[in-house]
Amino acid sequence: MSPVKEPSANPLTLKERMKVPRQQMPEQLAELRVMNFTEVNLGYSTELARQEALRCLECAKATCMEQCPVGVKVKEFVKLIVAGDYLGAAAKVREDNVLPAITGRVCPQEDHCEGACLLHKKVESLGIGYLERFVADYEQRMGASMAPNAPATGKKVAIVGSGPAGLSAAGDLVQKGHKVHVFEALHEIGGVLVYGIPEFRLPKQVIREQIDKMREMGVEFETNVVVGKTVAIDELFEEEGYHAVFIATGAGLPVFLNIPGEHLNGVYSANEFLTRINLMHAYEFPTYDEPMLDLHGKHVAVIGGGNTALDAIRSARRLGAEKAYVIYRRSETEMPARIEEVKHAKQEGIEFRVLTNPVEFLDDGKGWLKGARCVQMELGEPDASGRRRPIVIEGSEFEIPLQVAVIATGTSANPLIQSTTPGLKTNKWGYIEANGESQRTSRKGVFAGGDIVTGAATVILAMGAGRRAAKSIHEFLSTGEW
Amino acid sequence: MFKILGAEFIAPGIKRFLIEAPRIARKHQAGQFVILRLDEHGERIPLTIESANGKRGTISLVVQSVGKTTYQLNALKEGDGILDVVGPLGKPSKIEKFGTVVIVGGGVGTALAYPTTVALKRAGNRILTILGGRNRDLVILEEEMRAVSDALYVTTDDGSYGQKGLVTDRLRELLASEGDIRLVLAVGPVPMMKAVADLTREKGIHTVVSLNPIMIDGTGMCGGCRVLVGGKSQFACVDGPEFDAHEVNFEVLMQRNRTYREQEKRSLEEYQSRQRGGGESAEESTCLVGGVKP
Repeated sequence: MSPVKEPSANPLTLKERMKVPRQQMPEQLAELRVMNFTEVNLGYSTELARQEALRCLECAKATCMEQCPVGVKVKEFVKLIVAGDYLGAAAKVREDNVLPAITGRVCPQEDHCEGACLLHKKVESLGIGYLERFVADYEQRMGASMAPNAPATGKKVAIVGSGPAGLSAAGDLVQKGHKVHVFEALHEIGGVLVYGIPEFRLPKQVIREQIDKMREMGVEFETNVVVGKTVAIDELFEEEGYHAVFIATGAGLPVFLNIPGEHLNGVYSANEFLTRINLMHAYEFPTYDEPMLDLHGKHVAVIGGGNTALDAIRSARRLGAEKAYVIYRRSETEMPARIEEVKHAKQEGIEFRVLTNPVEFLDDGKGWLKGARCVQMELGEPDASGRRRPIVIEGSEFEIPLQVAVIATGTSANPLIQSTTPGLKTNKWGYIEANGESQRTSRKGVFAGGDIVTGAATVILAMGAGRRAAKSIHEFLSTGEW
Repeated sequence: MFKILGAEFIAPGIKRFLIEAPRIARKHQAGQFVILRLDEHGERIPLTIESANGKRGTISLVVQSVGKTTYQLNALKEGDGILDVVGPLGKPSKIEKFGTVVIVGGGVGTALAYPTTVALKRAGNRILTILGGRNRDLVILEEEMRAVSDALYVTTDDGSYGQKGLVTDRLRELLASEGDIRLVLAVGPVPMMKAVADLTREKGIHTVVSLNPIMIDGTGMCGGCRVLVGGKSQFACVDGPEFDAHEVNFEVLMQRNRTYREQEKRSLEEYQSRQRGGGESAEESTCLVGGVKP
């Protein structure tokens, strides 16, 4: 453990810091929250935040920061919390992260900063996500003003997609003095943050506040524009005078399992299920017009083990599902979902059917789902993803009665932009080819990042790509060199 | 907000809107559609573009009152606005010189077939058009279609206009009398499209239908509009809306279109009772053509 060399406001010795337990996040009781869509985590109080911040060892080599895809200066902002300067802490986070209230809530910290935290080796890691959320919410309550932008450069940048990658790039670019215009295909700004992540994990109000801040910074937003359809990339350059374009359109088309019965009524993609609920407010039908099947007393299963899967099944639970299952073909260890979401899901009575894979959806004879025929799996040798490959156990077939099934096993590339942008190279899966560092594509002035380049990943990885793109776009606009 | 520049009923329960949407108007090609949302509480519904004027920056839509949203839309007037309109979505119709082409338009489907018919005529095809409706009032765009057709036939279910019977009755006659039909385009209620497909399948005549399944985003993201085509899942919003009629599984399409029938009924009833309760008459809320989705 590295000794503390810099001056610190922290009165505790390193030994004392390690004795302070990780401060629990206050949360809504599971029994109550399965009946509402309000946020599960209630947020740290000032006292809890101070107490938690005191646990930071203030390592000379801050691996937490190295592991952050956007490079948040964790140690520095936590020190500011210890010193009681919460607005300063928020400003410090904002230097690298334009959406701290969002990442503080949805980032898989265990895979990044908290996973790298030295405390993690001995006791529990520092609650960096909780602290980030605390300072972001504090700043919002206090109505802090944003740092001023650099003088106008006269350059125009078009950002395609208003999800985490697009927003992150927009924030960085507007601060550099560029004129930034974000195009969004849907009627609301936020991409996956609004259509994908439910209210109980990321309230819409929080997203709106973050977007409003970006508007204050000068970012322009235009909804209802499907780039590739409503306007082509070439037209953005030739007719609308943009000097650079950043493509951040996200993952795209839902993948189905390709098993019999997927067209039965009651079988959804996770994207559709969550879009109905989150974006379209179908759970408030008929106050909102978009309909949704009544889930009261129904048996619902989600297929998949990622955050999207858990978002879907926990939503189903809140909509009255009597039985709510996660069906996942590997074991819980391999589940890509955030640890906290798995914990919350279990508290909410979600049943985990791991090492289970559906092979057919069953018809009730009238075109509606009545169940899934599944097989049991066992784990073999690791595959290309490094996870142990699931193998079917012969003769293990069984049926689970279901009225609704939600498929959350991934997405494939949306071809809309690629097919209308000549010379834009894609890989064999249809994702856009972009340099991993500069995010530059095969077309001059066109950058791409986030899920449309990597395939489905996380909010924070997309934001990291957005930051790299912003840096690279700024270089391109400053030098003209490609 | 997208401004309504003009709105007129062209048949009972069927209204034509002229909407200011410059970006969409400039890019529109025959066969494409928009998705609109009326207000903050609205659902997103797909509607095919009847025509577009890139210079003026306008598109026209023909809307039939079928569900809550289309009733609400058809109560809007010139000067009102629509909160969200996005498009043009979907692949454009394939336009080339095929030779003799038969266009089958059922009810409001005629408005959807119109821009493609114009384009096919312009490409040098010989156009034979069959328009059908339940009754005389529901045969729409007859004059417009006649102007781009080499021959035009009308059928009505009740015989109140044209030949009594179904469009497929007339089509069967045409298939017998016309030697070399290269393409049939059918747009209308799903049972009509299915019947057309069944008829032309026997003769091996290439047939295209424009599908309008349940849809939300219209960009391929949700997969709600998936249809079984040739035994494979296709998304009507990005792979269609036009498909080879002989490959489409119409039973699955009809079954999936019924998913929210109860909710749709409830939504419409509550809307209409609110309209009545508010002392406003539910404007022109008359006929429906069965099977056509809003």
